Amino acid sequence: MLSAKAKTQLGNFLFVAPYMFVFAWLLVWPLMSGMGLSLFKADLFGGATFVGLENYGRLLSDPVFLQAVGNTFLFVLLCVPPLAIIPLILALLLNRSTRVAAFFRGVFFSSSVLSVTIVTLIWRMVLIPDGGFVANILAVFGLPPIPFFSDPGIVMGSMAIITVWWCLGLPMMLYLSALQQVPQDIYEAAALDNSRWWTTLTRITLPSISRTVVLVVIMQCVLQFQLFGQPQLITQGGPNGASRPIVLFIFEVGFRRWDIGYAAAASQILFAIILLVTLGQYLLTRKRTGDA
Amino acid sequence: MSHSRNQKWREVGVLISLIVLGLIMVSPLIWTVMLSLKSNGELLRSTANAFNPPYTGENYAAIMANSGVFRWLLNSAFVSTLQTLGVLILSSLAGYGFARLEFPFRNQLFLIVLFGLAIPEQAVIITRHQMFADLHLHNTYPGLILPGLAAPFGVFLMTQYFKAIPKELDEAAMLDSASRFKIFWKVLLPLTLPAQATLGIFTFLASWNDYWWPLISATRADMFTLTVGIASSQINFAQTSGLGYLMTQAVFASLPILIVYIIFQKYIVRAVAGAAVR
Repeated sequence: MLSAKAKTQLGNFLFVAPYMFVFAWLLVWPLMSGMGLSLFKADLFGGATFVGLENYGRLLSDPVFLQAVGNTFLFVLLCVPPLAIIPLILALLLNRSTRVAAFFRGVFFSSSVLSVTIVTLIWRMVLIPDGGFVANILAVFGLPPIPFFSDPGIVMGSMAIITVWWCLGLPMMLYLSALQQVPQDIYEAAALDNSRWWTTLTRITLPSISRTVVLVVIMQCVLQFQLFGQPQLITQGGPNGASRPIVLFIFEVGFRRWDIGYAAAASQILFAIILLVTLGQYLLTRKRTGDA
Repeated sequence: MSHSRNQKWREVGVLISLIVLGLIMVSPLIWTVMLSLKSNGELLRSTANAFNPPYTGENYAAIMANSGVFRWLLNSAFVSTLQTLGVLILSSLAGYGFARLEFPFRNQLFLIVLFGLAIPEQAVIITRHQMFADLHLHNTYPGLILPGLAAPFGVFLMTQYFKAIPKELDEAAMLDSASRFKIFWKVLLPLTLPAQATLGIFTFLASWNDYWWPLISATRADMFTLTVGIASSQINFAQTSGLGYLMTQAVFASLPILIVYIIFQKYIVRAVAGAAVR
């Protein structure tokens, strides 16, 4: 027989049990078995041989994978700074409680509710050199079209432009809610001092929301390392693999070539990169600001 | 005097920059709508006259006649709604459990759930795909809905929210010898409605727009969600039914979520702000 206390505790556990079951079944177990699978040479049809770390060794000497890693880092470098700065500027412009500000908040957030398939459909027709929106504008000024998707040196920049347009809504909202929490009396004191707006901005506003800036940068890094839909839908990773990110590599190896042990190893590397970058930024900023 | 005049000029400057930035922001959307109103034949020759008449509704008529798109729309609505309900139920129960109740290894389990926040979908996809293949869950509704239920964000949010509710409330109810479930259901749950709204909106949007999992799990056209369906007609971009028709698809597919957005805009903004404060 269970004691009364044990019974209560069992009853208590029943509240978390449904979620814990789904969590263990659909997240923890696939993660663990994925780590295991990465040590096998395996295909879809059940054949699997233990190869130890061979998949990882193969990845590190696979030019296609290394190019994908480089592409991904380039993409993150290209789109995270604009995604930290442009929404901040918008938030500073929109941090007021007028109807006009509310309207523009709605405008700048609207792209965030669209799915990646719609965003790519729209932007392909904006950037495509043959009859695209930008090409038409350039033509008015007698300028030649820009090969946004076919020049290997430009294609990741194009992906970054699309992504910034798509993703700037959430950081803007985060900044806005941070700005609203800056105590108003600091501003009133500054206004009495007749501080110029630039001084107010750099001395008061930015330091008060520095934690949100860090949050936005970390969130966007985590998110943008997972780039997939934009290049998969527009360029299929081309030209010559110049727009193939790590996730597209995993997708192709795992679900087109069915080399699932190899794909599992690549996904563990992506996981490790994301963890390291997040942890690194977290520790770095913690040291600097000395709190949180 | 000069101070307030500066102020006025600054207001004008802010307004002008907002209008310019806003136009840049919406110009791709306007461009898409304009193209969708053009005949495919004309667009094949040139898109230069997109902002000049004649316009036509033929692409919209064509989409209304395409039952596949409606099927995808229904699939999306069904999957997103059930996933949202599931997340709300599981997260509320677990949030209450972690915030209020005692059981062995509670803190350790919560820590593991927190760690789950850092697991990207791609790190689990290969083995999850295999598991679902073994269970014959691909191309089924449960197959599309289940993975979304494992996301730890909701549990985290609800736990924080339950913790912020004063304990005196449930202690008073405890004196009335109400059961734990009754306290949860009658006393505490109604107080969490703002958090439920936040979590519900986030989950619905994420689910509606998810591309990665349905792309891998739903391989039959009749099980596509709207995102995957639109992607499937996009892959052979050049040779498909025509630019105007594709752009009409984009407009048509954005409409439901944009309408939801406009109706719930106030709540969505509040939801984002609420999640930021955590």
